[in-house]
Amino acid sequence: MIRINCPWCGERNMVEFTYGGDAINKYPGLSEETTAEQYFEFSYLRDNPCGPHLEYWHHVNGCRQWVKVKRDTLTHEVLATGPADALLGGEKE
Amino acid sequence: MQNAVNGAHQIMNRYSALEVLKGGLTGQKNWERVWRAPEPKREYDAIIIGGGGHGLATAYYLAKVHGMTNIAVCEKGWVGGGNIGRNTTIIRSNYMLEDNANFYEKGMQLWEEMAQELNYNVMFSQRGIINVAHSDAQMDSFARRGNAMRLNDIDAELLTREQVKELLPMLDYSSKARFPVYGGLQQPRAGTARHDAVAWGYARAADMRGVDILQNCEVTGFDIKDGQVQGLQTSRGVIKSKKVGIAVAGNTSRICAMAGFNRLPMESHKLQAMVSEPIKPFINTVCTFGAGHFYVSQSDKGGLVFGGDLDGYNSYAQRGNLPAVNHVLQSGMALMPSIGRLRLLRHWAGVMDMSMDGSPIMGTTQVKGLYLNAGWCYGGFKAIPAVGFCFAHTIAQNRPHELNENFTLNRFEKGYLLDEKGMGPVPGLH
Amino acid sequence: MTTQSNRLTQGGFIDRTKTLSFRFDGKTYTGYQGDTLASALLANGVKLVGRSFKYHRPRGIFSAGSEEPNAMVHLREGARQEPNTRATVVELYDGLVAESQNRGKSLRGDPQRINDYIKNFLPAGFYYKTFMGPFRNTKLWMLFEGIIRKSAGMGTASNLPDPDSYDHMSRHCEVLVIGGGPAGLMATKAAAASGARVILIDERAGLGGQLRHERYEIAGQPALEWVEQTVLELKAMKNVFILERTSAFGYYDHNFIGCVERVSDHLPTPIGHKPRQRMWNLQANQVVHATGSHEQPIVFGNNDRPNIMLASAVRAYINEYAVLPGKQAVVFTSCDDAYRTAIELFDAGAKVEAMVDSRQEESVYAALLRDRNIKILQGHAIVNAYGKEDGVHAVDVQSLVDGKSEKIQCDLVAMSNGWAPALHLFSQSGGKTSWDKERHIFVPGVSKQAECSVGAAKGSFDLKSCLEEGAHGGANAATVAGFPILQITAPSTNELQETSYEPLWESPDPASGHPKKFVDHQDDVATSDVQLAHREGFVSVEHLKRYTTLGMGTDQGKTSNVSGIAIMANARGCSIPEAGHTTFRPPYTPVSLGALGGAEVGEHFMPIRRTAMDSWHDEQGCEWIDAGVWRRPRYYPKGGETINDAFHRETKMARSSVGMCDVTTLGKIDLQGPDTAELLERIYINHWKKLPVGKVRYGMLLREDGIAYDDGTTSRLDENHFVMTTSTANAVNVMANLEYYLQVTWPDLRVQVTSVTEQWSVMAVAGPNSRKVLEKIIDLDISNEAFPFMATSECVAAGIPKCRLFRISFSGELAFELNVPCDYGRHVWENVYEAGQEFDIVSYGTEAMGNMRIEKGHVAGPEFDGRTTAGDLGLGMMMSKKKEFIGKRLANRECLTASDRKKFVGLIPVDGRTPLKAGSQIVANDNSLPPVEMIGHITSTGYCVEKDHPIALGFIKGGIEAWEGKTVQMSYPLRNLTVPMKVVSPVFVDPEGERLRG
Repeated sequence: MIRINCPWCGERNMVEFTYGGDAINKYPGLSEETTAEQYFEFSYLRDNPCGPHLEYWHHVNGCRQWVKVKRDTLTHEVLATGPADALLGGEKE
Repeated sequence: MQNAVNGAHQIMNRYSALEVLKGGLTGQKNWERVWRAPEPKREYDAIIIGGGGHGLATAYYLAKVHGMTNIAVCEKGWVGGGNIGRNTTIIRSNYMLEDNANFYEKGMQLWEEMAQELNYNVMFSQRGIINVAHSDAQMDSFARRGNAMRLNDIDAELLTREQVKELLPMLDYSSKARFPVYGGLQQPRAGTARHDAVAWGYARAADMRGVDILQNCEVTGFDIKDGQVQGLQTSRGVIKSKKVGIAVAGNTSRICAMAGFNRLPMESHKLQAMVSEPIKPFINTVCTFGAGHFYVSQSDKGGLVFGGDLDGYNSYAQRGNLPAVNHVLQSGMALMPSIGRLRLLRHWAGVMDMSMDGSPIMGTTQVKGLYLNAGWCYGGFKAIPAVGFCFAHTIAQNRPHELNENFTLNRFEKGYLLDEKGMGPVPGLH
Repeated sequence: MTTQSNRLTQGGFIDRTKTLSFRFDGKTYTGYQGDTLASALLANGVKLVGRSFKYHRPRGIFSAGSEEPNAMVHLREGARQEPNTRATVVELYDGLVAESQNRGKSLRGDPQRINDYIKNFLPAGFYYKTFMGPFRNTKLWMLFEGIIRKSAGMGTASNLPDPDSYDHMSRHCEVLVIGGGPAGLMATKAAAASGARVILIDERAGLGGQLRHERYEIAGQPALEWVEQTVLELKAMKNVFILERTSAFGYYDHNFIGCVERVSDHLPTPIGHKPRQRMWNLQANQVVHATGSHEQPIVFGNNDRPNIMLASAVRAYINEYAVLPGKQAVVFTSCDDAYRTAIELFDAGAKVEAMVDSRQEESVYAALLRDRNIKILQGHAIVNAYGKEDGVHAVDVQSLVDGKSEKIQCDLVAMSNGWAPALHLFSQSGGKTSWDKERHIFVPGVSKQAECSVGAAKGSFDLKSCLEEGAHGGANAATVAGFPILQITAPSTNELQETSYEPLWESPDPASGHPKKFVDHQDDVATSDVQLAHREGFVSVEHLKRYTTLGMGTDQGKTSNVSGIAIMANARGCSIPEAGHTTFRPPYTPVSLGALGGAEVGEHFMPIRRTAMDSWHDEQGCEWIDAGVWRRPRYYPKGGETINDAFHRETKMARSSVGMCDVTTLGKIDLQGPDTAELLERIYINHWKKLPVGKVRYGMLLREDGIAYDDGTTSRLDENHFVMTTSTANAVNVMANLEYYLQVTWPDLRVQVTSVTEQWSVMAVAGPNSRKVLEKIIDLDISNEAFPFMATSECVAAGIPKCRLFRISFSGELAFELNVPCDYGRHVWENVYEAGQEFDIVSYGTEAMGNMRIEKGHVAGPEFDGRTTAGDLGLGMMMSKKKEFIGKRLANRECLTASDRKKFVGLIPVDGRTPLKAGSQIVANDNSLPPVEMIGHITSTGYCVEKDHPIALGFIKGGIEAWEGKTVQMSYPLRNLTVPMKVVSPVFVDPEGERLRG
């Protein structure tokens, strides 16, 4: 049972959350300058690392906040958590 | 038959009832190694990375159909240790979208003759699969798929509630069922096989045709010059080859990163599988629950083999967590209320290469001589023979076979989506 | 009824005053309270209890615990029948019924025992090499498979629903101690002393573990007295929670331990409302493994005969259950432990014919045996055993030095090849095992999670170490968890310092013959199978396991894996750690599927959601339909109406006069804040900023990838206040998406979103008389001028303030949707119904509602299948070219905008009569053989009541432009149906939309 430290509620079981997927990709922004390729990369391409991974979890059965989580995909260890806009270390701006 | 083939440099036992009889009389001294344990050569005409079902079948068809016998399969551990050794062995071709239907139906035909083809009993048992429906809308949706299957010349039957009851008497037909049984979609030719035997059968048959199966040979890097692959660095030294095929399922992103492209339309997720204690024949077909996450069949040894949904988050761990197990059994008990008194014997997980539309990727890559076969999600087992057949063609001819010509890596950018479930680019939902 | 001929007159922890009667294979026996089924059978002299998996060899009781490979039975009858139940862990109760399994009509006369005579032809993996036949199909195999399946499997499962219930509980603690033996008790005591919350669990009904089987002394008193005293102390502590009859079956991520408590398994049936079993989700800061170890057997010829047992099991039966399993014993060992078995057998009155010790060195216990005149054969091994259904009656003992052999008569063999730590949970926690060269065992290596191992689980088998390590480990765990450092000293013990142990992995063959030497008893894996695997190249332990099925039985190889690995290592000429071991998979012991599933099954599988008007619909006798987790009225049959009659009538009445429908289940999201219009502008494909207050607009959402996602109406209640509706199916997901956009993508937008689906009861009132009905109960002017199409306003309805009225129409008629605060739903609904009586108002269900939307060509769930674009749905014109919105760019990818995409069309049967079926495919003509190209498919079907003919909606390649007026074929090969259809506009009723604006 993965335990996630929600920045608002404290440490909770994974069953209170739904998985929101990759948080490495940055949303390209809704603007005329953004190219279709940027949207494609955002929506379709993944680093998919074996090791630390940035991802979102939605605390649906709690505070309903989207939480950013740094988690090891091999050991499932949760390395850091924060609000959706947090920088959890080793992250490119 | 095998002896007549070029490159077969040894004579092996041909398996037969007579040979088994001989074994009984000679203290089993008549059996030889099922495949050799060769030292890696310095260079091969082609190397397949991954000694699972896909890799071994590809090597077999490269040797058999394309006459390439100077080839190797690099396996970091032991043959058949990945998803082929940890899946629930369901074989079916009950797909709706034409590209998938045609591909898997080719696979189905190859499955039907695999034992004789390989001279290895892979125990393909065509006991059928029934997708149980729990509403009129679901019946319609299954009918749409079943009609498509029929029109694609694939067997399919739409079963009424009474027909389902006859075939699956242990389901909940009572008024207490939260989601009553309305009927089901059946593919009678579908079934299950002995998964390990498939790996061993292909390994043996490929080896007989001269393929070197290199176990404990982990790939650690690629040698690429001017955009053309030159060879591999491995835990057993440098091995040269101008053609390399990747068939590593959940580890695809890791291997491709070594070749310089890690951003793929794919995520690695884990799927759990479970087996009960062995019991006498209980369920004689594969059955899936349309109102929850549960599917089940029974192995020849007697264990109920079952599973459900992905655990739901990116993972490279071959072990699962309990909430997913609870969820599967909750569904299982809702569908089959008698199984409560049976016991879970083992549960484990495999790492799935979940693609962005739930359909596979097979073809050339941006590196010349490097071919990719991935994105099989949790359907890779049934694809084994068709993958071997098509991927071998792709590698040997440097272009896809017509059956996999739409499984390209660039289809996502073009919007050519093969999304059977219609879930969009959320890999964990396919 | 037989007497308990093997019961000792004194000793043991059974209650001789409570005689229990039970039945095994139809015969009635007695036992005592405190017995297991196994001990009671042994007490009655029953040796033969089962048949092995493959060769159907006669098998008896092998162990006294959960590692039992042989003594598996059907427990209970009928719907409660449990196959494969280990007799060694079943607590005896009065009236217990058990049957042997994997046999023919009788256990003794099982016809499949023939397999044992042809076993040389059935080695490991023989089935991979035959049963194929020359024809390239699966027919021959499936013929044989049928026979194999019948003979495989062990017990038989019931088809009847399990009558018992199951339960899940969760609990947190600082220190979880797994195992209530000496190490676990000391660990609990030490950890609890610090004040930490401690949970102690043990799989058995009583604590003490191995101490229950032995005759040790602790602190100068019999060990069991010390156990009782310690348990009393622990039970008195508020911070200690003890779970007995509870197995820790799996160690998962983040120190989460899955356990199952057998609440009622020791009773004939659960009492009151108690569950049969309860799953415990335990979350621990620190885990102390005091899981003990498993005694390992020695592999020799015919070592599987009934009454050949583990030496420790013999002690258990004597000491705990006062049962003497044999009168004439031979003890076979490679370690000191079994000497105590010889002593206790002798003291209990058995004759010990010989102590066969494979070691050359003399044991520290030798003198004690000589005191009892027991012959010790140093450097000897048992090489063969005789006896079948009646159990062992003699063994061949052979010198390992000169090969000289003698035959010794006996009716019991007790054996020990040392002990293997139970590393299962440690290994599941991610820790790697390491090989202890000195002691020839795998021990826990480096930890990955917050756990430690103590006592026998760590390879420290002597009692003193168990107590000391337990005390230390428990105290340490509490300290790491943040509690004060308190060291407790372990009490003293009375054991002897044991001699070194030299395992004998396999006895040599006897001078003549090659009897099968079984490594894995349950699955009949013999040493010859391991050698065959080696010969064929299946040398990796994983290959060994999969090829021979070693360790794949219900005992998961607890008494066979180590020997198997050792024999393979020997064949390969490598060390045991080089050969390695397979992964320890959960569960540690098999866990019932019912316990894993829990209470939420049957009608509780998913909650049923009901609207506020649910009871009204029920009173009208509606037919229900599941819509996700909601239940909704499907139709309201009158008299003997069929579903078609009913929904035709409901449609007709709504279109000609007035109807009302409960549409509460639609998703409703309240959006407030200064940037709300901006948010809507970004997520919808059409424009929102200029929508006036008091107006409603239809909108459509795309996914990021440009595929149509959901649609609905959104209304501007105030400058900065909107309410959005979604489909019933997508309500939850759209809400989560909005939160994602606001928290992750555009945190700068000042918008609050709240799901209000449950706050409002919603009724659609539709039909030419709908205005007249509502005028009677609403305080607003709802004339066409004052309240035109797409208007919205707050109102008082049937006396209820703060209702909301929307002039929108799904049916295509003049229609209104009235939202009322949820609690007043039924009140207002009844008032509307009452007001409508003069117009013969009907309540209509989802069938008529769906039919009316099909008549109007509105897209809904079946059309939104996750593959269709707005363009495919005929709504491409809605997509704004002037702004950016979610999904816009990817919707424009080349294959999503191709001209041959399947597009939305209407369909009618050419003959005007034949019903069209949802789920049909569309083909160009009907006479080609498969494979046939599918040019489209039908998504929704209905009946145009006004024009009196069937209709359908669907998709066709190229759409209406390419096909209008042309004939295509509905193809439904599953039912052999082909119907010629004409492609038409998807709007069948009032294409100009005059009615809804009227």
